[in-house]
Amino acid sequence: MTFFLIASIVKLLVVFHAIMVGVALITWLERRVCAWMQDRMGPNRVGPFGLLQPAADGLKNFLKEETYPAAADRWLFVLAPLVSFVPALLTFAVIPFAAPLPTKWGEVPMVVADLPVGFLYILAISSLGVYGIVLAGWSSNNKYALLGGLRASAQMISYEIAMGMSTVAVLLLMGNVTLSDIVARQQGSIVQWNVFPLALAFFIFLVSAFAETNRVPFDLPEAEGELVAGYHAEYSSMKFSMFIIAEYSNMVTASALMATLFFGGWDIPFWARDNQGPWTLGLTVLTGLSFFLKVLCFIFLYIWVRWTLPRFRYDQLMALGWKVLLPLALIYLTVIASAIWYLRDQLHWTYDARFALVMLGVNLALAVPLFLVLDRGRLVAGSVERRRV
Amino acid sequence: MAIAVKVMRRPTRQTSYLRATLKGMALTFAHLFRRKVTMQYPEEKATDDWALSSRWRGTHRMLTDEQGRAKCVACGLCPQICPANCIKLVPGEDEAGNRYPLIYEIDEFRCVFCGYCQEVCPEEAIHVGVHYENSEYERDRFVYDLERLCAQTHPVSTLWDPSDPKGE
Repeated sequence: MTFFLIASIVKLLVVFHAIMVGVALITWLERRVCAWMQDRMGPNRVGPFGLLQPAADGLKNFLKEETYPAAADRWLFVLAPLVSFVPALLTFAVIPFAAPLPTKWGEVPMVVADLPVGFLYILAISSLGVYGIVLAGWSSNNKYALLGGLRASAQMISYEIAMGMSTVAVLLLMGNVTLSDIVARQQGSIVQWNVFPLALAFFIFLVSAFAETNRVPFDLPEAEGELVAGYHAEYSSMKFSMFIIAEYSNMVTASALMATLFFGGWDIPFWARDNQGPWTLGLTVLTGLSFFLKVLCFIFLYIWVRWTLPRFRYDQLMALGWKVLLPLALIYLTVIASAIWYLRDQLHWTYDARFALVMLGVNLALAVPLFLVLDRGRLVAGSVERRRV
Repeated sequence: MAIAVKVMRRPTRQTSYLRATLKGMALTFAHLFRRKVTMQYPEEKATDDWALSSRWRGTHRMLTDEQGRAKCVACGLCPQICPANCIKLVPGEDEAGNRYPLIYEIDEFRCVFCGYCQEVCPEEAIHVGVHYENSEYERDRFVYDLERLCAQTHPVSTLWDPSDPKGE
């Protein structure tokens, strides 16, 4: 028991600090990648390659004046950054980030809390983050901030459903909601990574994850062109920074989730040694690295998309959420459930590479007509044009 | 009722959202590896394809003769032509009858850097310079006196020549 407590506290501290440092470095990465995409160099003055830029930014934000709008609801105004910041970090607690570490006192699973209901916990906590944004918009007593908060809540509700639906397919295939089991079941071969048997679910999850984290092209809550800065228009100093940290932590968590649910978690592809014990320290480090690289890829995708795509119009956002992703997720779920039922219960196949390949075939058969329809420029088009069709 | 908007019927390749997205992503990705155009300013003041023009009109410089004296003969043309009235000139005369400036001051805050003083100068003494780093800690330091104008070492402007507009 004592060992469990100590191990948990150590893991907690390590994960917390890893995320905070990671978030700082992601802000740096975002500015560098953005600059490179615009043929500039980006911040390269503070420290080697500008790596200390986030420290300079943080210092600046600590030294700035805290301002309170005269008509703000002061209590909620202070609470809001915390409410958006804490769930972003809480979510990461159930994500397994490496193979178990053997110690003198027993194996330590490399996850802060290996909850049996891991995935449900993530769904529950991750939707709490929107309260911070809505409260920030409400308590500022500023019409732009309020509109930003409203948009955030509407967007979160719309995409939460599609996101949940897409993950139900994962849960159906895996037959479990514990994330470490989901990782374990994807280890057989690379085609058993859920992204292959559940390619479309991944697509829906990816789009919803972008919407959930309020990133371009779904950053309507802070659309600076129309809403000044949206929900954080009235915030200054470290409270403003908290929103940014929350946004980036959400990105890290969403990336980690995508890696865990669809890309085998900490599994190293084409290598069977990491699939089962005996665990060693080297294996823990290697699998941790593998997980880190997968997360980094998704972070890069986030940044890449941000500096490429323009923002959706509000009606396009709603249309995409309710008229495309939700029906798509529902139909997809039906097809996937039938396929799993047929393969598992009628043909009595066990879950292996063959099973996964057949599922991949089903996905491709669905994807081709889907992308043909999407590619006609009809589903996410101008409102008038859509009515004509 | 909503206002009726005329919608153009365009071919799929122009309206396709997915194709446009992928094309854009490919474009931004290609830009990641392009040569960067940033000039690292304090270390790098000119690059292969960019340098300060030789016609740049910056803070002034007074040229000197072999004895190190200002070439100025205090003729008074530059304060006369100066549209900003920023040149203060008090002429003096030595025993041999040579005129020289007793006081020659240019207020660089008033100056509009038109370059007329250089154009009008019969002795090619006062010049505007190819120079732009002028910061000082005090306002007073922006009134350049004769000693300071003579001490400048930066290149002088070639100005624009109407008979050779492209500088060839």
